[in-house]
Amino acid sequence: MTDADAPALAVEDLVMELHLRRGVLRPVDGVSFEVGAGETLGIVGESGSGKSMTCLSILRLLPKPAGRIARGSVRVGGVDLTQLSERELARDWRGRRLSMVTQDPMTSLNPVFTIGDQVGSPLRHHRITRTLRETRARAAAALGRVRIPSPERRLDEYPHQFSGGMRQRAVSAMAIACEPQVMIADEPTSNLDVTIQVKMIELYREIQKETGVAIVLITHDMGVAASICDRVAVMYAGRIVEQGPSRAIFRRPAHPYTQALLDSIPRLGARRKRLFALGGQPPDLLDLPRGCRFAARCPKRMARCDEAYPPEFKLPDGHVSACWLSESEAVHAA
Amino acid sequence: MLLEARHLVKRFDVGGGLFRRAGQVHAVEDVSFGIEPGRTFALVGESGCGKTTVAKLMLLLERPTAGEVVYRGRAVSGLSGGALTEFRSEVQAVFQDPYSSLNPRLRVGRIVSEPLLVHNRMSGAEARKRVDEALEVVGLPRAAAKLYPHEFSGGQRQRIAIARALALRPKALVLDEPTSALDVSIRAQILNLLSDIQEEFGLAYLIIAHDLALVEHFSHETGVMYLGALVEWGPTQTVFDRPRHPYTQALLASAPHPDPDHPPPGDVIRGEIGSALSPPAGCRFHPRCPHAFAPCDRAEPATTDTGQGAWARCHLLDAGAPAPVRRGEPARAGAAGRPA
Repeated sequence: MTDADAPALAVEDLVMELHLRRGVLRPVDGVSFEVGAGETLGIVGESGSGKSMTCLSILRLLPKPAGRIARGSVRVGGVDLTQLSERELARDWRGRRLSMVTQDPMTSLNPVFTIGDQVGSPLRHHRITRTLRETRARAAAALGRVRIPSPERRLDEYPHQFSGGMRQRAVSAMAIACEPQVMIADEPTSNLDVTIQVKMIELYREIQKETGVAIVLITHDMGVAASICDRVAVMYAGRIVEQGPSRAIFRRPAHPYTQALLDSIPRLGARRKRLFALGGQPPDLLDLPRGCRFAARCPKRMARCDEAYPPEFKLPDGHVSACWLSESEAVHAA
Repeated sequence: MLLEARHLVKRFDVGGGLFRRAGQVHAVEDVSFGIEPGRTFALVGESGCGKTTVAKLMLLLERPTAGEVVYRGRAVSGLSGGALTEFRSEVQAVFQDPYSSLNPRLRVGRIVSEPLLVHNRMSGAEARKRVDEALEVVGLPRAAAKLYPHEFSGGQRQRIAIARALALRPKALVLDEPTSALDVSIRAQILNLLSDIQEEFGLAYLIIAHDLALVEHFSHETGVMYLGALVEWGPTQTVFDRPRHPYTQALLASAPHPDPDHPPPGDVIRGEIGSALSPPAGCRFHPRCPHAFAPCDRAEPATTDTGQGAWARCHLLDAGAPAPVRRGEPARAGAAGRPA
């Protein structure tokens, strides 16, 4: 039923609409990307850019009844999830082949159930384990995999007995318990202190090496993206404006928005007196311009930017930029 | 010195519950620093290190258990009534979240003028003029005064909060994580604005932050806090270029750089921050320290002059042990600092 050569996750021209009283808006508007097994794709962007909505659309966890997938496909190992029924999705995919880690480990864990119950619950739900003993053994193995010491003993503890870093580990253990092909992590380190964050970054690298899981990491922290992702996609107002190998994105950003993001963050060791400050704000999704959505804030705006949204131009170093400035450098229109 | 902390100590009584013994949270232990006009002192550390409690102490929102807050050479911790009001008009605050620090029911003009009405009993016309001035300084149009906070974006709201703090023409601002609730592209606007304001009005800033890159960029002096105590402090460039305390080194090594060619952040310290309810004996950092040795779990380290105006509290330094690594000379392969 699955195609061995297909990427672990392939999202193509995905459009998610929210039907609100004020009108129809598209928080995700024609997003395409692929993630291979053992690969990490980072989705970066500011709040409201659509990065979290993209992930919820992949899992089809949409607000009801306002949200719907209007177009596009989400293929995991070649199977298009948009064609599946809700029942099939819940039974065979969500939490099993496709799992998710959210930002706040305290709200992802139920305070009245033990860690063992919660890490074991996807295993029982998906009928991977049949007996209590089997479930406990698998749950303990998952806790061990996220480097929680003496996991068998920890199974019977409650979330409040875990520290912040340990809770985030336990949530990650839940996500990998069923050995998914794809793990979506939405700001998994944003609430953590740097000395704990660095441990989580190392943990994700190790888990990936051991299990070959494909990871989609959502973050607003360019430092985290640079240290963990193989490839990066930059989102702005519902669209990916630039994507490609991390090195290309961070070293030779082609899109003025990516450049602005990188220039506006203070860097350790850089003695810059003044930061580059981007003016203005992202556009209202209900009142989008005809041309490029970033044009109003863009320091390199040209007349044609207001006329038409730029296509994705493929650059020689393998990355893709949706900006008219990239046209002259493009290998061919992607 | 405009504003000083002298040996500040703050302990909170907790507990006395059904199954729990009463205890004391050692939130701040012997913290001292001073800020000159026109300069920025940054307190950096992880959550629970006590940096926000220090900010509250400096604003006299909390009273110290011991030690003194000194403003223009005068101890102010015990002030009350009119003298306290006067102190507060000169030392103002900007908080982290501009969504909760602005009253949603008041128009911006009222929000910005409220401190004026409380402190100065000035006429309506005068207050309006001050509001216009303050809004202009933070780059908002005069018309903003007639609108409500929800009509503004996060960055604009933080500008309103800054305008409110400036309305009284203070001498010092306490900035508690002023940009961490904002989006990346907006942070730079606010940081640049705060720098401009400092330059124009010669304000002293105390900034509380957890983002090391921001602190290095923004401050003149830095103090690194761990479990309530300052472990290393001095001119920002010295502290960041030659971190001498293992905790400062670990913090710097843990920070991810927005550059894939930079060595990935290094996991150099064990475990997580200890409990302020029962801080470890001796050096508070010793249970996590990669260099801990004999005296660390018994004696509190003395304060050592590490040169170039910087100080640190670490047994490695007072024992005359080999100097810990510098920036660019990794503590562990590829762990610390930045590329040469």
